[in-house]
Amino acid sequence: MMLGLGPEEWQAVLLSLKVSFWATLVSLPFGVICAMALARGQFIGRDVLNWLVHLPLVLPPVVTGYLLLLSFGRRGPVGGFLYDTFGVTFAFQWTGAALAAAIMAFPLMVRAMRLAIEAVDPKLEEAAATLGASRLRVFTSVTLPLILPGIIAGAVLAFAKAMGEFGATITFVSNIPGETRTVPSAIYAFLQVPGGEDAALRLVVVAVFIAVAALILSEWLSRRVARRIAGK
Amino acid sequence: MTLTVDIQRQLGHFCLKAAFDAPEGVTVLFGRSGSGKTSIIRSIAGLLNPDRGRIHLGDRVLFDSDARTNVPVHKRRLGYVFQDSRLFPHLSVRDNLCYASRVSGRGSRRPEEVAGLLGIEHLLARRTHGLSGGEAQRIAIGRALLAEPDMLLMDEPLASLDGPRKAEILPYLETLRGETGVSILYVTHNMAEVARLATHIVLIEDGTVVQSGPPERVLTDPDMVRVVGIRDAGAVLSARVVAQPDDGVSELAVSGGRLFLPAVDAPVGSELRVRILAQDVILSRTRPEGLSALNILPVRVLAVRRGEGPGVIVQMQAGDDLLLARITRRSADAMGVAEGATCFAVMKSVAVSQTDIAVGLQTGI
Repeated sequence: MMLGLGPEEWQAVLLSLKVSFWATLVSLPFGVICAMALARGQFIGRDVLNWLVHLPLVLPPVVTGYLLLLSFGRRGPVGGFLYDTFGVTFAFQWTGAALAAAIMAFPLMVRAMRLAIEAVDPKLEEAAATLGASRLRVFTSVTLPLILPGIIAGAVLAFAKAMGEFGATITFVSNIPGETRTVPSAIYAFLQVPGGEDAALRLVVVAVFIAVAALILSEWLSRRVARRIAGK
Repeated sequence: MTLTVDIQRQLGHFCLKAAFDAPEGVTVLFGRSGSGKTSIIRSIAGLLNPDRGRIHLGDRVLFDSDARTNVPVHKRRLGYVFQDSRLFPHLSVRDNLCYASRVSGRGSRRPEEVAGLLGIEHLLARRTHGLSGGEAQRIAIGRALLAEPDMLLMDEPLASLDGPRKAEILPYLETLRGETGVSILYVTHNMAEVARLATHIVLIEDGTVVQSGPPERVLTDPDMVRVVGIRDAGAVLSARVVAQPDDGVSELAVSGGRLFLPAVDAPVGSELRVRILAQDVILSRTRPEGLSALNILPVRVLAVRRGEGPGVIVQMQAGDDLLLARITRRSADAMGVAEGATCFAVMKSVAVSQTDIAVGLQTGI
């Protein structure tokens, strides 16, 4: 089946993998920090942070995409600043696709991590402190090892979600072959031209395969969290 | 190294206001549930911040609200054994024991040494899952000891264990002080543990210290019966085994005479502590004859405390030791038991249970 993919389809698959990989990797530390803050933090604005994180889940993706275009476009407030200071642009670049995918996948990532963090008994961290571990050492030697499978599960889910992102991506960075045409955009493009159904179908199979594999991996990792926390 | 505590903390409607010293040895914080003893020990560890006050360990200041000193938990060098063992589930037993030296470089002893002391060598390679409560708690004690703390804080370490598991750990606790020399601050509401372990007692009621001192004195203070609880009131005597005859009744010397107790598991010459409950002591004005009870000590009445109910608490001197007896007001009146009266205190041999006899621990006087 893999051999049946044409060069255009391969391009879309590889681009999707690249976009999703970077989207996941770069959002990972932010995800951990947000999940820690939401699970453990007691600060003013915690509810606001919670809404912000979950907003992409409930907003129409096209709205999220348009908001990204307004703020991260070359003349947008954030995009303009980034371009003037670092020379970085997002609009109509694969990096923009990665940004859109990361934002859309963020709620799923944070949710999985937050559940793992909430399953860790804070009493264990207290015990670690009495044994001489500083707050940072408590995190690296107790909290992190216990939630690591949860973090990986969150990352896998985010990766799968990023692979499937369509609405925000096409609104923000359009559908440029080789630059921003990911698998979903490619499927959409193939369906717009006569005779494109076969190529679309091949990409659909790839998309389903990746999504199911990610779900299974994520489930397996979640079970490992539970086992680890039980000390088995 | 003496621990000096003088702290205040408002907890809702409850006001904690505790001041006491914990000298070397085993200091027991005793009080009913909700009396504030856990808040006190958590404040000492740095897990709870007092509103005001001072905590010193030797010449080290751990907390001083005036000087704005508040040493963080991980720098206080206090071991903490919690009610639940809190072993790290992602680490093996050995890695749990080595945790302190791994994260802070504290502690130079090998885990095998301490494991031997606590009888957990055979568990070193195991994961923490499936350990019994007693095993987990012994590992938790070993883990705290291997951090080589200046003082070991123990917050009801036996409370979550059933009777046999408690009996399994108590002897290890008794050897701890002798073998490691570490001072212990021990929180409990179980008087049997107090009697076996304490070299110093601090009685807590409603967040304040009502009495502190050596157990021989504090436990035989008739005014403290209220705090200790009428069923738990009793004396702790120092005793020495003088004979182990064939009939299984051990002969012990106390300052006021001889005690005969069933099958005490200690060789002749060893020093023991024996707890005698006030409710197990009978008084007689004349030396009783033809009685099955073996233990008869001549005593002099020091005080008679009448309470609300039909009972009275009688404090007596037997040699150098103090004893308590709980008898009815009617008997006290009929027999003329009053301050200065001479009596005989009678105890059944089997009344002293094996869990009330502590082996190999000197009292703190």
